[in-house]
Amino acid sequence: MTERSRKQIVLAAYLGGVNEDILWEHPEAGSQIDFSTFRHVAQTAERGRFDYFFLAEGLALRERDGQVFDHDVVGRPDTIPVLAALAAVTSHIGLVGTLNATFNEPYELARQLASLDHLSGGRAGWNVVTSFDAFTGANFRRGGFLDPADRYVRAEEAVAAVQALWDSWGEHAIAADPVSGRFLADARAGEFEFSGRQFDIGGRFTVPRSPQGRPVIVQAGVSPQGRDFAAATADAIFSPFHRAPEAHEFYRDIKARAAGFGRDPSHVKVLPGTSFVLGDSKADAEEKARHILQQQLTPRTVQVLFEQAWNRDLSAFDVDGPVPSLPPLVEGPPFIQGRAFVFGDRATVVRGWQSLAEEKGLSLRQLAATVFGRIDYTGTPQQVADELDAFVQGDGADGVVVGSHLVPGGLDEFVDLVVPLLQEKGSLRTEYEGSTLRENLGLPTP
Amino acid sequence: MPMSSPTFHLAIALDGAGWHPAAWREPGSRREELFSPGYWVDLVQEAERGLIDFVTIEDTLGLQSADPFVPDTRTDEVRGRLDALLIASRVAPVTERIGLVPTVTVTHTEPFHVSKAVATLDHVSEGRGGWQVKVSGRSDEAQHFGRRELVGFEAGLADPAVQTQVVELCDEAAEAVEVARRLWDSWEPDAEIRDAATDRFIDAEKVHRIEFEGRFFSVRGPAITPRPPQGQPVVAALAHAEVPYRLAARSADVVFVTPHGLDDARGILAQVAAAVDAERRDPGRERLLVFADLLVFVDTAAESGAARLQRLDGLGRALSSDAAVVTGSAASLAEQLAELASLGFDGVRLRPGVLADDLPAIVDGIVPELQRRGLFRTRYEAATLRGQLGLSEEVADRYAKAVLR
Ligand SMILES: Cc1cc2nc3c(=O)[nH]c(=O)nc-3n(C[C@H](O)[C@H](O)[C@H](O)COP(=O)(O)O)c2cc1C
Repeated sequence: MTERSRKQIVLAAYLGGVNEDILWEHPEAGSQIDFSTFRHVAQTAERGRFDYFFLAEGLALRERDGQVFDHDVVGRPDTIPVLAALAAVTSHIGLVGTLNATFNEPYELARQLASLDHLSGGRAGWNVVTSFDAFTGANFRRGGFLDPADRYVRAEEAVAAVQALWDSWGEHAIAADPVSGRFLADARAGEFEFSGRQFDIGGRFTVPRSPQGRPVIVQAGVSPQGRDFAAATADAIFSPFHRAPEAHEFYRDIKARAAGFGRDPSHVKVLPGTSFVLGDSKADAEEKARHILQQQLTPRTVQVLFEQAWNRDLSAFDVDGPVPSLPPLVEGPPFIQGRAFVFGDRATVVRGWQSLAEEKGLSLRQLAATVFGRIDYTGTPQQVADELDAFVQGDGADGVVVGSHLVPGGLDEFVDLVVPLLQEKGSLRTEYEGSTLRENLGLPTP
Repeated sequence: MPMSSPTFHLAIALDGAGWHPAAWREPGSRREELFSPGYWVDLVQEAERGLIDFVTIEDTLGLQSADPFVPDTRTDEVRGRLDALLIASRVAPVTERIGLVPTVTVTHTEPFHVSKAVATLDHVSEGRGGWQVKVSGRSDEAQHFGRRELVGFEAGLADPAVQTQVVELCDEAAEAVEVARRLWDSWEPDAEIRDAATDRFIDAEKVHRIEFEGRFFSVRGPAITPRPPQGQPVVAALAHAEVPYRLAARSADVVFVTPHGLDDARGILAQVAAAVDAERRDPGRERLLVFADLLVFVDTAAESGAARLQRLDGLGRALSSDAAVVTGSAASLAEQLAELASLGFDGVRLRPGVLADDLPAIVDGIVPELQRRGLFRTRYEAATLRGQLGLSEEVADRYAKAVLR
């Protein structure tokens, strides 16, 4: 066997989520909206030499049966302005924001991301998501205008149009020569034209070429179309598959698709979301993790999580009782709105969960811990570092997007205790080598 | 000595290298850095050193042009700009007291996005955020979005179709501001409760749909971004004529106007007052603050402002401006501001002809002159921009149920 060079683990820090994993009732939990929270996590991640800081987005507050969720964290800031502010208090870490391709126009997307790239010295990235539902659309001029089948048609065109806009200013378009009085070296700087099924636009773009030329593209979405879109276009993928064997299958699938599109597979980074619990021993960490999971999966949380799969009211079922044998309401209007259902086809998923519960004798709450539990790494810092490194070196992923149940302090111990061990192994940089996000990720400059 | 501290306000309008088309050619102009964060941070910190109430940052959805109504292909003037709201957000953590009021266009954009962007600017600046509302009527800008056709201004402002469009765009802008304001109110101040006993992060009764149905769009809400620190960030608009005065009266907290001379200034104040009477029927509404815009060239040690203007005019295109262009010593310009204050203006917004020269001249010249006259504060007094401007800091939430007692 030939020695293969050690993969460098890509690390991203995830914050600002509104999922059930965040323990807002924790005594050390801080604000979910104050800038100090975002600054703390971004600076901590930068201390840990993370590649990027990452914010998700949802363009409508989640609802259950027409009522705004109240049991999880509710509310978050606009992603790009927060990232622009974070650029002021960090120097190397990438700043990646989620922006929807359905409810934004390419001209605005390109302007915001290129501006962020200038304002951060080349650290901007865009996580392209495709939520299209009419529920979200009710907050926008056009409403729910997009046929679900077209979500990636629009996303692909949006990315292509945005890239055309980014490319519309050449690297040497600005002369700024006071002697000749020429500010523009190219009188046609910014000219663009793009036409497709979704967009027919043209004119001149306002933002000169940014430090990265093209900010980094990230994608999240798991359907075959989503995978092809990512393999053809994205620099990184935020994946929901964080455990063997699905993680390895997804990894192989994406890399094969990328090669199929004629790309170097190492230029598409596969990054599952993950979380960790550290302890003095494996048993200590597992005990803590059990306690955290119990706090995360409150009876209301368990009920609402399953209501999304079943698409119906499950309030009559005791979470400590058996899993309902009812089928899901596949045709009915969505009982839970504003959250993407990423587990696949409802009927199949529910059937699978029902038989799993039956086989193992699981209550609803126990089933929830099995299927929704998000704590992947438990152990001493050494054990977590070993396992994470083995996962990446074994091609389960190229790195991970690290979240924590505790905002904003939860990432601190990972950075203080696990990061040095990853660095000792030679799997993580000890200093930033480059200054842009592309350079951090080892991506080519377009 | 007046008993209470002075209430005349100063704003500075930032744009490129300054408001003269040849400003970028001046030796101190950091023409290579116009798109870098350090440039903008330094400008705003300099303004903050002068205790300026707020800066505005210009923005448009199309490239700059010598003619404000149609694009051009000149190469001898600054072209290109960054998203102003993002510049303001980038500057927020490295400034402390100064208000940040970027231009945001409402014509082709989504009111929902605009609302949360301004709310977020207010969060990252801890209550110093605002927004200068702008409409876009240029047909080339419409083509950047490809979603509707506009007649453009090629036919001239007197053309009836153009006039109709201006009214429509202003009506649409008023709806956009109304939606933004309702979304800011859609979270009551005490909506977040974190009540572990009942497993509730928020009190869902205190987060409201806005159910806005207008002529131009409908928006359901609630906002995804919790209530901004100021409740209602400051809304500003530039206006030159009756239709936009009415828009400002309906929607804004601050209006920028462009008087040319004292008679004109008196006339404009009367017109704005009439627009306020016509549009602002809600008795609870606060006053509309009226700021006069002036484009300034201040005398420096090296050269008089007038000579500088003349020299720059000779380099290329001469300055043309909607706002009055004034030149002179810091003392004489301060005297002109004092006259505007005595007419009843709440403040002035100064557009520096050359930022590299005129911004320091304002901070080190005009500001001390105004302070000497007792017309301008000697320190920042309030923590928020609303407070700084004398607007109420406890904004009632329109959706909060009246508390009976
Ligand atoms: C890990 C992951 C994270 C996601 N994060 C977001 C998000 O922050 N905002 C959003 O609107 N959609 C998000 N989505 C939804 C996707 O963008 C997409 O709309 C959805 O997965 C449907 O596409 P698909 O059929 O390809 O999976 C996420 C999806 C995944 C798998």
